Amino acid sequence: MRTREAARLRPLPLAVAVLVLLAAMLAALLVGPAGLPAAGVVKALADRLPFVHVDSGLAAVDRNVLFELRLPRVLLGAVVGGLLAVAGAGYQGVFRNPLADPYLLGAAAGAGVGATLVIVVLSDRPTPAVPLASFAGALGGVALAYGLGSTAGRGGSGTATLVLAGVAVSSFLASVQAFLQQAKAEELQRIYSWILGGLGLADWPTLAMIAPYAAVAVVTLLLHGRLLDVLSVGDEEAASLGLSAARVRLTVLAAASLATACAVAVSGLIGFVGVVVPHVVRRLAGGSYRIVLPLSLLGGAAFLTVADLVGRTIVAPGELPLGVVTAFVGGPFFVLVLRAVRGRAEP
Amino acid sequence: MSVSVRGLDVDLEGRPVLRGVSLEVPAGAWTAVIGPNGAGKSTLLRAVLGLVRPRGGAVRVAGEDPWSLTPRRRARLVAYAPQNPNLPPGMTVFDYTLLGRSPYIPLLGRESARDRAVAAQALDRLDLTGLAGRPLDRLSGGERQRVVLARALAQQAPVLALDEPTTALDIGHQQQVMDLVERLRRDDGLTVLTTIHDLTLAGQYADALVLLSGGRVAASGPPGEVLTAEAVGAHFGARVHVAPGPDGRPVLSLERSRGEGR
Ligand SMILES: Nc1ncnc2c1ncn2[C@@H]1O[C@H](COP(=O)(O)OP(=O)(O)O)[C@@H](O)[C@H]1O
Ligand SMILES: [Mg+2]
Repeated sequence: MRTREAARLRPLPLAVAVLVLLAAMLAALLVGPAGLPAAGVVKALADRLPFVHVDSGLAAVDRNVLFELRLPRVLLGAVVGGLLAVAGAGYQGVFRNPLADPYLLGAAAGAGVGATLVIVVLSDRPTPAVPLASFAGALGGVALAYGLGSTAGRGGSGTATLVLAGVAVSSFLASVQAFLQQAKAEELQRIYSWILGGLGLADWPTLAMIAPYAAVAVVTLLLHGRLLDVLSVGDEEAASLGLSAARVRLTVLAAASLATACAVAVSGLIGFVGVVVPHVVRRLAGGSYRIVLPLSLLGGAAFLTVADLVGRTIVAPGELPLGVVTAFVGGPFFVLVLRAVRGRAEP
Repeated sequence: MSVSVRGLDVDLEGRPVLRGVSLEVPAGAWTAVIGPNGAGKSTLLRAVLGLVRPRGGAVRVAGEDPWSLTPRRRARLVAYAPQNPNLPPGMTVFDYTLLGRSPYIPLLGRESARDRAVAAQALDRLDLTGLAGRPLDRLSGGERQRVVLARALAQQAPVLALDEPTTALDIGHQQQVMDLVERLRRDDGLTVLTTIHDLTLAGQYADALVLLSGGRVAASGPPGEVLTAEAVGAHFGARVHVAPGPDGRPVLSLERSRGEGR
């Protein structure tokens, strides 16, 4: 009987999400200033799979474009989008607030300050210290926003207050970051292009740098889906159901902040992915975090892949910063989510 | 599994809420806590659940101090149906009931077929099987209250702590829920501690009543001894007529104040 099955990710939505992501990535690989033949790209990619040998017929220069420019960028876009969306879903579970988002919570801005500090103080190249410093910054940003939000929102009305506090913290941290950057103004253009929110830095070493942290963060988040469902009844009831609410909160908070930090460290500040994607997933596939977390990961990856594709083609040969594209979609969307939440709270 | 509270003091936000509260619920018995709004009934229940830290005195559930148990062990001992439960919108009745299985599911694992069967059985006992796939935000008040009870049942704990389990129910569903709790107590040997603000209802079902007033126990004992017109007048400020019902348990009726209205 269907009703006796618990909410969990079913094969069909999962397959759809994977297909959408693959289609988005393929499109992003094919489109660009140097037109690549679709068949050749597919063959060249297949050739890289273990035990598969096909002759792609791609010229050396096209192969170079594909493997050194397009592929790292598409992969990085997918990774960043997935991380931001799954982090957003995680924060939403922790704060029981569908508006929580790495960008709106101050986590992204905090991560930016952390990363900038390391780059200004230590070196001018991406180093493994960058994601770690971003991580510390992200945690600091969230803690600040949460502290401010619960002081300002005493006695309830949490949803909007937390976001308002997050926006205030974000602005404050952005100004700190701007100040830090000025300390090395002469190198600004060259080193800190990522601050605009983009994937311009994409290359294999960058991907390799964040991969281990991203893997830890994502696995931790995905493992906590059921516990976040328990937490959705509130701390006290969750405790009566045998959950150490504080421990789950802290773990998920740390994992979401680590995911945010990885994304910010390589792509700068990209907003709204963490609100938009989980919200769409909830609408389409159900509200259980066992569904929302994995599908947000895939959906976020697809969303940012498409957003980057749009950003670099719509004003070609120029390029729209990625953060601008996501804000263009996400801003209005945010209002929709807010309305939905309000409508539910005040029937 | 008995529940024992001795000389319990609880402060919330620095204000005294319970003072010197004692009660004994023998294993397999039903005790109802009554008292006016704000008397501390819910707080007493939360102390028994180990959710608030006593300032003084002792709470024992099956001989153990719930505050010092791990949440998992505690949840296997006492199941809780709160007065104002959070019902996550969009969650289905079945998934909500399945939350009651949390203390048995491995931390990072998933529920077993047995967990699903227990949840389905709890729904069945509460006549909710037909609603299993319904989201919580599309239930009537009475259905919601029964769903919360189903979650507590799925917990399969020997002690049930129910905070106002009948408030939103019509008279038929009140009777249904109370009969069900009584059946569970009898058949499964559950120990029941409830708060109920309907005094007659409390007197009909509980073995013993504890009247809380201003955070202290004003009276306790069998329903016939606690539910007197004087006690109700003194602690609720209500004028009632008390008469023994067909089975000897007290039945209260409100008396209209003379000279009021008309
Ligand atoms: N979380 C809390 N923090 C501070 N005071 C509380 C809290 N919960 C309840 N109280 C206070 O404790 C007293 C008893 O509350 P409660 O146990 O809910 O009473 P009852 O359930 O009998 O209506 C009330 O005065 C209430 O204001
Ligand atoms: Mg109460």
